[in-house]
Amino acid sequence: MSTEAREAIVKAFHEEWGQIVATLIRVSGDWDLAEESAQDAFAQALEHWSTHGVPRRPGAWLTTTARNRATDRLRREAVGSAKLQEAAALWRSAEAGDEEASQSGIHDDRLRLIFTCCHPALGLQSRVALTLRTLGGLTTAEIARAFLVSEAAMSQRLVRAKRKIRNAGIPYQVPPAHLLPERTTGVLAVLYLLFTEGYTASSGADLVRQSLCAEAIRLTRVFVHLLPNETEAQGLLALMLLHDARRATRVDGAGELVTLEEQDRSQWDSAKIAEGTRLLDTALRQGRPGTYQLQAAIAACHAVAADPADTDWAQIAALYSQLAQLASSPVVELNRAVAVGMAEGPAAGLALVRELESSTALAGYHLLPATRADLLRRLGRNDEAAAAYREALDLATTDAERRYLAKRLAQTQEGD
Amino acid sequence: MLMICGDEAYMGDANSTADPPGCGGWQEEMTSRGILRGGEGLRPSSDATTVRVRDDEVMISDGPFAETKEQIGGFSLIECADLEEALEVASKHPAARFGTIEVRPIWET
Repeated sequence: MSTEAREAIVKAFHEEWGQIVATLIRVSGDWDLAEESAQDAFAQALEHWSTHGVPRRPGAWLTTTARNRATDRLRREAVGSAKLQEAAALWRSAEAGDEEASQSGIHDDRLRLIFTCCHPALGLQSRVALTLRTLGGLTTAEIARAFLVSEAAMSQRLVRAKRKIRNAGIPYQVPPAHLLPERTTGVLAVLYLLFTEGYTASSGADLVRQSLCAEAIRLTRVFVHLLPNETEAQGLLALMLLHDARRATRVDGAGELVTLEEQDRSQWDSAKIAEGTRLLDTALRQGRPGTYQLQAAIAACHAVAADPADTDWAQIAALYSQLAQLASSPVVELNRAVAVGMAEGPAAGLALVRELESSTALAGYHLLPATRADLLRRLGRNDEAAAAYREALDLATTDAERRYLAKRLAQTQEGD
Repeated sequence: MLMICGDEAYMGDANSTADPPGCGGWQEEMTSRGILRGGEGLRPSSDATTVRVRDDEVMISDGPFAETKEQIGGFSLIECADLEEALEVASKHPAARFGTIEVRPIWET
């Protein structure tokens, strides 16, 4: 196959898959038929485009082919001519609708699909899997590998989810206005979960999981494009980009965790940082701050500091306070303590950590003693620091973290 | 079908023989909207008897199907366009404020 055809197909797959499936679902009401017909259309493109060249409008070619395949399938399954005629009439109205849609720039079908995939009546894991399959076009095998379950189990999960949509009558629609804010939050949660699944994947060994980051960014971009006034969606996209910009530097060649302070900032992806901060500025200017925008703002403070010493810790501490007001959690408080420790000195940070330790909310969380240890070390109280590092070591859950803490403990003891 | 589940302590007096507790306007609203097709409140689970047939043997036992704090206290049969409408109707049921409402589609025949 020519390079041109291959590139065109990969591009069309990313740009058109979700749209084609979304429209076919609306018109046929059949999720499996929609996926299979879209798959057929891409298989046909593979053949046709290499011999006849890439069509002028690849998207339109694929959409028409997929619709024809759907009609063929309906005919073959002999569902009855009534169903077929119904589908044919719907195709025509769908085509008429397309012109309208492209005129107003709204692609409602993809929005319908996103909101249906992320409906709260589906289990969280089903929402994630369904979003990747129908909207992202990942194969069942790929999704199974990314979530470390067998392909049979993942296939079963997808079948059940689609069955529930049909039998429980989950409507294929953009939620009505009074439900929209809540449902949008639900979609963003699914997209963020996708991203963090990929982000926390260990380096190298797990490329499939890491590709989830790119997929999450791509889908969030679509969502931002479809709901351009949704500032939290913009905030989430900014947050993902700003984190992703640092991904390559988070782990060194030997697989060891590299702290933010020690990361090679020249290796950060400056294009992603620029896009992330630009998006964030646009969102913040609307004056409707939310948890994703605030987290993105914190990430931006780190990302734009050329040197760790340039980090605006006072600003970060203020952002964590704001975040705590919107979504109070002990982890946010702990992060605030770290920022205050940097902005106002370790003693001020330590006071906040002590406060947190008086409640049991973070009992057993290794980063609590690890933070205390770090603040004590900076105060020169090395014995207490070493004891706190040991406490953290007992609680740490991953090998990379244990190695990091052991190294810190050794350094503290050397300092004596 | 809405199955109204909740802590029986809040579902009225088990020994009462008086009229069942009302639904504070919900029934009236859903009837006028043409949604409510039927339904009843149930006597407490202490009055329940459970039936199972295993290997042709009928086993009857005293009490509800599962001994949990929350029990089915009643049911409503509703007809809605889709799950979204059913969830809206369920969320307006007064028992949703202290108990749980399970929404289940009926086998279409």
